[in-house]
Amino acid sequence: MGKKIFMQGNEALAEAAIRAGCKLYFGYPITPSSETLEYYADIMRDRPEENIIVIQAETEVSASNMIAGAAAAGHRAMSATSGPGFSLMQEAISYMAGADLPGVIVNFMRPGPGDGEITAAQGDYFQAVKGGGHGDYNTLVLAPASVQEMCELMQECFILAEKYHNPVILLSDATIGKMKESVELPGYLEVPEPSKQYNALRGCGREGTPHMVSTLADGALMWEAFNERLQKKFKKIKENEQRYEAYHLEDAEIVLVAYGSMARVCESAMELAREEGRKVGMIRPISLWPFPVEPFEGKHDRKYLVCELSAGQMVEDVKLSVESKKDVSFYGKLGGATPSPKQVLEQIRKMG
Amino acid sequence: MRDMKTIYKRPAIFREGAPTLYCGGCGHGIVGNIIGELVEELDLYDDGIMVWPIGCSNLAERYIDFDMMFGLHGRAPAVATGIKRAEPNKFVMVYQGDGDMASEGLAEIISAAIRGEKFSVIFMNNSVFGMTGAQMAPTTLMDQVTTTSPTGRMRDNAGYPVKMAELVATQEGVIYSERCTVSSPANIAACKRAIKKIFELQLSGADGMGFVEILSPCPTGWKMKPVKALEWIDQEMTKVYPLGVIKDTTKDILKEG
Repeated sequence: MGKKIFMQGNEALAEAAIRAGCKLYFGYPITPSSETLEYYADIMRDRPEENIIVIQAETEVSASNMIAGAAAAGHRAMSATSGPGFSLMQEAISYMAGADLPGVIVNFMRPGPGDGEITAAQGDYFQAVKGGGHGDYNTLVLAPASVQEMCELMQECFILAEKYHNPVILLSDATIGKMKESVELPGYLEVPEPSKQYNALRGCGREGTPHMVSTLADGALMWEAFNERLQKKFKKIKENEQRYEAYHLEDAEIVLVAYGSMARVCESAMELAREEGRKVGMIRPISLWPFPVEPFEGKHDRKYLVCELSAGQMVEDVKLSVESKKDVSFYGKLGGATPSPKQVLEQIRKMG
Repeated sequence: MRDMKTIYKRPAIFREGAPTLYCGGCGHGIVGNIIGELVEELDLYDDGIMVWPIGCSNLAERYIDFDMMFGLHGRAPAVATGIKRAEPNKFVMVYQGDGDMASEGLAEIISAAIRGEKFSVIFMNNSVFGMTGAQMAPTTLMDQVTTTSPTGRMRDNAGYPVKMAELVATQEGVIYSERCTVSSPANIAACKRAIKKIFELQLSGADGMGFVEILSPCPTGWKMKPVKALEWIDQEMTKVYPLGVIKDTTKDILKEG
């Protein structure tokens, strides 16, 4: 315990998932997430006692449906991907949300649309947070700002997915996935017996009650009931799982709002602004869905500067959470470049 | 009365009091019954999991009691891969129609065959998308009229019928492939023997996928009376899709077992 090692984000994430008892990895190579698949494959070779199974799927469509199958059998399963691959997974994510399956998917965001660059971006926020697939559903979305936090949230993803019988997205970006950072790896988690998991397929026996995994219903009344049951699940998540970190809110007149790697830039910009005597604070959402509304509620005496590596996506959720949307400004950087703290500081100065 | 013996009863897999919802003369009910009988004969309840597709066959949810998962269109082999890789000791059956497998699910089935996934696949070929209203499928015969090929299937925009049993058989990971039909009592008995064979191969731990294609009537979609539909299978479909064993690399496996 307590031993820190220097490790790349992708690889540390994979090790954290293995220690969370995720034995099944269904992947498809795509930059900047491929090292997660490679690391899993290495561990399958090097630590046979862990019984790791890695399947390099034909498409991300299949990889995500394999996760659905393994999750339906009561096992922890995951994949990591990026932009185009994440788009292909939306069909299965919608299915898993509807069928109560605890699949876990990591998206290392890169710029798009279309093919896109392989550097860091945050343009998949809407897709992850608003439900990128069809139908009325939500997925839990967690956004780490460091390799350390990514490891901890990676393990949390499996626990939350099983707690709510719902897919969980770890929404990271190329910076955190590709950089090496000092990290204290989390320990091994206790894993529930697969056959004891909620509704796990296992063979029902001649006299038993069968387990069925489906998103089928018959007619408007049954479909309404099916959807209302799902909405209760999402409401419970919304009530219980809002997470964020707050900095200097006690005296802040300007509050930066940022997540992921952009939050690190903003934290430095906040320190620079404070050195100039400006009362600047920061809110860093960790859960993007549910969006943490609590730190915004009932506050009338602040201005907000939302900073994202996108054309402005999370800013909409901030506007929905604050008392007056006139208080919300936006600064975004597009195409895969990350701004420096000084560039953010210039934006803060413009606000007076 | 004392001398009376039960020689046949409804397979217990069918839910008490739940009617099947298939059209008159549909082949799904016949094959469903074969599966139900084999679940009894091979005692698959304790460790069996079925994966169903999108299509008329997923009406199975309403009258079959068994551990089952209903995948999205074409994805059943990927879903089954997840289940079988997580639980290699369970018996896993995949059931797909031609609209599901041979078009949107082509990548999934061929890739599962490439990997030699150790589950049993039943492929229902009725030459149309049944549930959505008898549109053209990749299996539709040349010149066959459907709601999306009103002048008959044409080479120019739809190419040629796909022969799934032959196509999967080209992959090393497939250990057995046979095409059957349910057009007569004798053919139904042969169909049951083929399905039983791939089920037993999986139960014996054989290293690869077992595949059975079944030419199946869709009288509603074909706009034919049920008897005429069976004749059409024998007279027209079997010309394009010949019956018989296409690949068998397992001749000694079951004997040894």
